[in-house]
Amino acid sequence: MNIPVSITVNGVQHRRDVEPRLLLVHFLRDMLGLTGTNIGCDTSQCGACTVHLDGMSVKSCTVLAVQADGSSVTTIEGLAQNGKLHPMQQAFWDHHGLQCGYCTPGMIMAAVKLVENNPSISEAEIRHGLEGNLCRCTGYENIVKSVKAGAGG
Amino acid sequence: MGYVGKSVKRVEDPRFIQGHGKYVANIKLPGMAYAAIKRSPYAHAEIISINTEKAENLEGVVAIFTGRDLMEGTKLSGPCGALPCGFVPPNTKVPTRHPLAVDEVNHVGDGVAVVVAESAYIAYDALDLIEVDYKPLPAVVDAKAAAQEGAPLVHAEIANNTSFLWTLGDKEATKKAFAEADHVIELELINQRLIPNAIEPRAAVAQWDKFAGEMTLWTTSQNPHIIRLLLSGFTLGIPENKLRVVSPDVGGGFGSKIFHYPEEVIIPWLARALDRPVKWVASRSESFMTDSHGRDHITNCKLAVKSDGTFTGLWVSTWANMGAYLSTFAPLIPTALYITLFSGLYKIPAIWGETRGVITNTVPVDAYRGAGRPEASYQLERLVDLAARELGMDVVEIRRKNLIPENEFPYQTPVAMIYDSGNYQKLFDTLEELAGYQEMRKEQAKARQEGRLVGIGVSGCIEASAPGPSPVVTSLGSAIGLYESGIVRVHPTGQLSVFTGSHAHGQGHETTFAQVVADELGLPMEAIQIVHGDTDRIPFGTGTYGSRSAAIGASALVRSAEKIREKVTRIAAHQLEANFEDMVYDQDNGTIYVKGSPDKSKSFAEIAFTSYYAANLPPGIEPGLEATTYYDPSNFTFPNSAQIVQVEIDKHTGAVRIERFVAVDDVGKTINPMIVNGQIVGGIVQGVGQALWEHGVYDENGQLLSGSLMNYALPRADQFPMMETGRIETPSPHNPLGVKGAGEMGTIAATVTVANAVMDALAPLGIRHIDMPLTAEKIWQAIQSSQNGGAN
Repeated sequence: MNIPVSITVNGVQHRRDVEPRLLLVHFLRDMLGLTGTNIGCDTSQCGACTVHLDGMSVKSCTVLAVQADGSSVTTIEGLAQNGKLHPMQQAFWDHHGLQCGYCTPGMIMAAVKLVENNPSISEAEIRHGLEGNLCRCTGYENIVKSVKAGAGG
Repeated sequence: MGYVGKSVKRVEDPRFIQGHGKYVANIKLPGMAYAAIKRSPYAHAEIISINTEKAENLEGVVAIFTGRDLMEGTKLSGPCGALPCGFVPPNTKVPTRHPLAVDEVNHVGDGVAVVVAESAYIAYDALDLIEVDYKPLPAVVDAKAAAQEGAPLVHAEIANNTSFLWTLGDKEATKKAFAEADHVIELELINQRLIPNAIEPRAAVAQWDKFAGEMTLWTTSQNPHIIRLLLSGFTLGIPENKLRVVSPDVGGGFGSKIFHYPEEVIIPWLARALDRPVKWVASRSESFMTDSHGRDHITNCKLAVKSDGTFTGLWVSTWANMGAYLSTFAPLIPTALYITLFSGLYKIPAIWGETRGVITNTVPVDAYRGAGRPEASYQLERLVDLAARELGMDVVEIRRKNLIPENEFPYQTPVAMIYDSGNYQKLFDTLEELAGYQEMRKEQAKARQEGRLVGIGVSGCIEASAPGPSPVVTSLGSAIGLYESGIVRVHPTGQLSVFTGSHAHGQGHETTFAQVVADELGLPMEAIQIVHGDTDRIPFGTGTYGSRSAAIGASALVRSAEKIREKVTRIAAHQLEANFEDMVYDQDNGTIYVKGSPDKSKSFAEIAFTSYYAANLPPGIEPGLEATTYYDPSNFTFPNSAQIVQVEIDKHTGAVRIERFVAVDDVGKTINPMIVNGQIVGGIVQGVGQALWEHGVYDENGQLLSGSLMNYALPRADQFPMMETGRIETPSPHNPLGVKGAGEMGTIAATVTVANAVMDALAPLGIRHIDMPLTAEKIWQAIQSSQNGGAN
């Protein structure tokens, strides 16, 4: 039995009937075609699917679409405003914070929330805060530099 | 234009940072169905029967096929062939590997049936309704045990489960060296199994055009042309001219996406059988039990040393676990990419190496970042440390004593390789200075007095990257040549499409290759578009692995750009009524003029247009402006690295903390230092993963215990300090750019450097060696047993 949900994604409201078991990440990718949110694992370890749900960063593979009913979601596609990159996106570009790009959307979404209200975040805080996001290419070093720059402190 | 050598920001990044990467899993086609694969829970079993009836009755299930269906074919989709091995040394026994198992499964994760459904969720539901009746058979998982007489056989036709024995070196001379040695340093070790874990799981999407008889396969591959060749020639049987293989953006490979995997056969076979597009995306759990694994050696090795620390001989016997089948390039890794590197950075007059490739009931093992070379470095550099300890020498001093001197390049090792260029003394000079090595030792002495377990690890490592030329690699057993294609197509308006057979999956070729071509022709990078990863757009290619893309792929583009320059210059000479020999092609700004008259120049764009307009071309010159090169390198390149790591071990928990990581590399000339540094640092972290945490663990029944990210420990951000990196530059004479591979050096060196640091920290406790991964638990156990008077 499908359940009706209404979820606002990147400022646009979407009404769909969904299976109760449908994951938010599949709702975003398969029903809305927002494929910027990547899936890297099946145990909520990698963080590639991180999005913002009502202002908090969450792993969208660990949230059911029905749980997001009535909520507001921001994905990587909704981060740039009026054609201008978000400072965190710009920082990842400037500091070579990505190689294959697959973990990048989740990494950027996690980073945006990590530095919110903490513009002078320390290296140790960044490294600890990104523990739930795996990157296999960069060795994290340039991601840490990017997040520091993107924090604006 | 001066792009080469500069840290140009990557042109590919805007799409990735905005969520518009073109990954295979993002593809959605009209009418697309979704596949899921039923996999064996047993390491070794006979398939008695497969009952698909309940699954077929589930609403939304389109079809179910078994291994036998694929082998025999259907009316619409012909029979599938077995997956070939692309590197077969003489006398190698190759087991048959069907895309889906027929009659017998040989590792946990071996596919037995495939479901196609209207959604991925339904396909997964249906998997649980398929009833497979298995008769479990005895399994073997340990390579050395599996090679013993009387061990259960994985494949009845392969005696002692031994697929091949590969040897290299002078056995008698090495025996003599050991007989005459003052000291013999011996070590038995395990170089543990690793599971690559690119963050993007493998995926495949196929679309069949039955009227044209054309198949398109999108697959997460590092080398789409090789996949097309193998699909056409061996597994799927669709002619190459009707088969298009596309590898768009690929989310990391590290070797694991080189190989021709079963799903690359199954998914297009289904698309043809069902006449509709089919998609498959691996779950992470599937990646763990189906992506080819890495390493997994059991090795006995010994180093012969004179009392003054001079190395005189090296002897290595390895049992290499190949898994249940020979993956595409599997036999290459523990042979020609391994024993040939045994000399390291040193003069070792006598070397003997022998590898047994052993079949077991585990996931196939193939190339994983470093591939053979980290294993070679690991044991040599461990032996060198143990030799220093036995002789009471400093670990840097003993290495310096044996380094190949700068004036002996090109240097012929006793194990086939001819090193191109290097300055290993300078490498260590730079390292010691950057690290402040002497000061570090003083600090360590103080820490030891305080009872702290502080260790300093040192290594000096060699890599053979960019394998070639083709006659050499094919004589070793490679079924493909290792050249690369590069096409520079100048459009009439002066913009360029540049086609490369290399494939980027994080390396940034769209930036670095554009830097190279821009400089060769004196054009702005913006005028250049790099095209890769599509067999319909690029005539042929051999792909990206073995740190070969800059040395071979970019060199092909240099040669094509040279041809373009010559043609442009000939046309300009004709139009300016001058001799070709009197012309200047100004690579700073892409103008062409008669020597001494730069004011009367022709621009590149002008000549490009006239070459297509063709109204005034010199006699014998064809219209159009395009050049093709198949570049075959004259030899491998030999990047090298020296590293110092400082660790501190918590003696109460055994936990290792990396305090400093200093690395100096010689990767020849660098096209983009920012990207090279990213490769080195990323590589180091992967290498540290092996030293401290990562381990693909099987139990004695062949169950994969580390089958998810919950029990396979990938490195995380908070486990590392900022790296201190330095570089020296000895250009490689083996390619026009003077570059050496940069993608694997960090990984190759980092593993053993960290292992040496940990063992140095534990040295005061009398602990000699612990096998990796050096987890807190293992170290804690070793500390306890040393304190209880036990030896290690």
